[in-house]
Amino acid sequence: MIEIIDLVKTFDGNRVLNGVNLTIADNVLMAIIGKSGGGKSVLLKHLIGLLKPDSGKILVDGTDITTLGSRDMDKVREHLGVLFQGGALFDSINVYDNVAFPLREKTKLSESEINDRVIQALNDVGLKGMNMKFPAEVSGGMRKRVALARTLITEPKIVFFDEPTTGLDPIILSSIHRLIMTTHKKYRFTGVIISHEIPEIFDVADRIAMLHEGVIVETGTSDEIKNSLNPVVVQFINGGLEGPIAAV
Amino acid sequence: MIRKLGSWALTTLRKMGDMLIFLANAIYFAFIPPFKFRLLLKQIRFFGNKSMVVILLTGSFAGMVLALQLYYTLRKFGSDALLGPAIALSLIRELGPVLAALMVTGRAGSALTAEIGIMRISEQIDALSSMALNPFRYLIVPNLVAAVIVFPLLTAIFDVIGIFGGYVVAVDLLGMSGGTYFSQMEVFVDMKDIRMGLYKSLSFGLIVAWVCCYKGFNTGYGAEGVSKSTTEAVVTSSVLILIWDYFMGSILL
Ligand SMILES: Nc1ncnc2c1ncn2[C@@H]1O[C@H](COP(=O)(O)OP(=O)(O)O)[C@@H](O)[C@H]1O
Ligand SMILES: [Mg+2]
Repeated sequence: MIEIIDLVKTFDGNRVLNGVNLTIADNVLMAIIGKSGGGKSVLLKHLIGLLKPDSGKILVDGTDITTLGSRDMDKVREHLGVLFQGGALFDSINVYDNVAFPLREKTKLSESEINDRVIQALNDVGLKGMNMKFPAEVSGGMRKRVALARTLITEPKIVFFDEPTTGLDPIILSSIHRLIMTTHKKYRFTGVIISHEIPEIFDVADRIAMLHEGVIVETGTSDEIKNSLNPVVVQFINGGLEGPIAAV
Repeated sequence: MIRKLGSWALTTLRKMGDMLIFLANAIYFAFIPPFKFRLLLKQIRFFGNKSMVVILLTGSFAGMVLALQLYYTLRKFGSDALLGPAIALSLIRELGPVLAALMVTGRAGSALTAEIGIMRISEQIDALSSMALNPFRYLIVPNLVAAVIVFPLLTAIFDVIGIFGGYVVAVDLLGMSGGTYFSQMEVFVDMKDIRMGLYKSLSFGLIVAWVCCYKGFNTGYGAEGVSKSTTEAVVTSSVLILIWDYFMGSILL
């Protein structure tokens, strides 16, 4: 279980997180929605210990990770998988080596066992025959899928997806959503998806939380969010120009 | 006014502290296994590959220019027979290490900063950390060690090419005897001079890799970040090379 308690983060006077409170139960697929530049990625970087908050706590199975040193944080990270917003594939190595990378660096598996798992993982995300291509040579949608394969290959207990579908066409969007759901069913990880995809995300996530002006303004099941009376939520999911969220 | 000066001094001090901590970290992880030999070889290749042509080119011209200038000066004193050692000493003690370092900075150093900077903004460095892998081990240490190995080698190549460039000008253009050029060199160039050049190039390698890695690693948030940090890396490295060269010169003289 992940408990975020009163998390505050300021960058040079710009208060991005202003007391975030959110609990994510085990094996739940939780979506965090909110406008661009609203601090969703910043929140996620706190959850993996890449940023330290000004104040507040993040309890992962009861341990406050905001106070851990790098060695203890690395122990927590052994069980995490992160799909970064742009994929964050290593551009100096090819697709196959990218997916094999965590296994080669973190496990003692033999090269043939690694090969089996990489082939399987690339199959799962619908990528065959791309092994030798470099990240710069494949499309944005493929990069995201390779990154997904790399994220899941270590079978993490908690997986964070930062906008896994942003900028992709509707077909690839559905296929990535389906991949996330099937792998979630298969491995039962706890998942956090940052997303703008309204309404598709309602069919993917078990629960939705909305981040607005540095706080979580609402959490609930998809239906609860769809029927919310909170004007911020109503405006966001309907894409209205009038309301509490300033349209630029 | 005074307050502005004070806050400028404070931020500068903090940046210098940051850079020192970065270096200390890098050196610490350079001595703690596991070592990434493959990455080290790759970075050695990177430095050598990127810089070789420019080293050959600038080295030969540096030697040729030196020959012309020193010949003119030495002839005034009637000691043009010493042209060979004069060129060799200038190159080995001073110009070789400095010019080679500046060239490698412009060629490989800037590319290095840009590469690491792109890894920063595209979250590849975060990806390493999130896999519980230490970015210093994978990115910084290999470059630091590679530079310390490669800089003396490139400097040696620069010196040799420069001495031959000087030979071509001295013998073919100025009509000196080739025998004099080299025999006087053996007489006047000491092991001490060569050691000085070696120490300089070793430390320049450390400085360039340190500054370029640091600037890339701390590339700012946003799109202009990479070009800004690349420029800063080249300027800072070049300035530090010249300052450090002066200190080395005054200590080792
Ligand atoms: N490392 C950083 N340094 C300074 N400002 C940052 C940093 N990371 C994010 N920000 C700022 O925090 C705000 C939220 O960014 P982000 O979390 O990326 O938004 P999003 O919800 O779109 O993911 C933005 O205003 C951004 O400029
Ligand atoms: Mg984001």
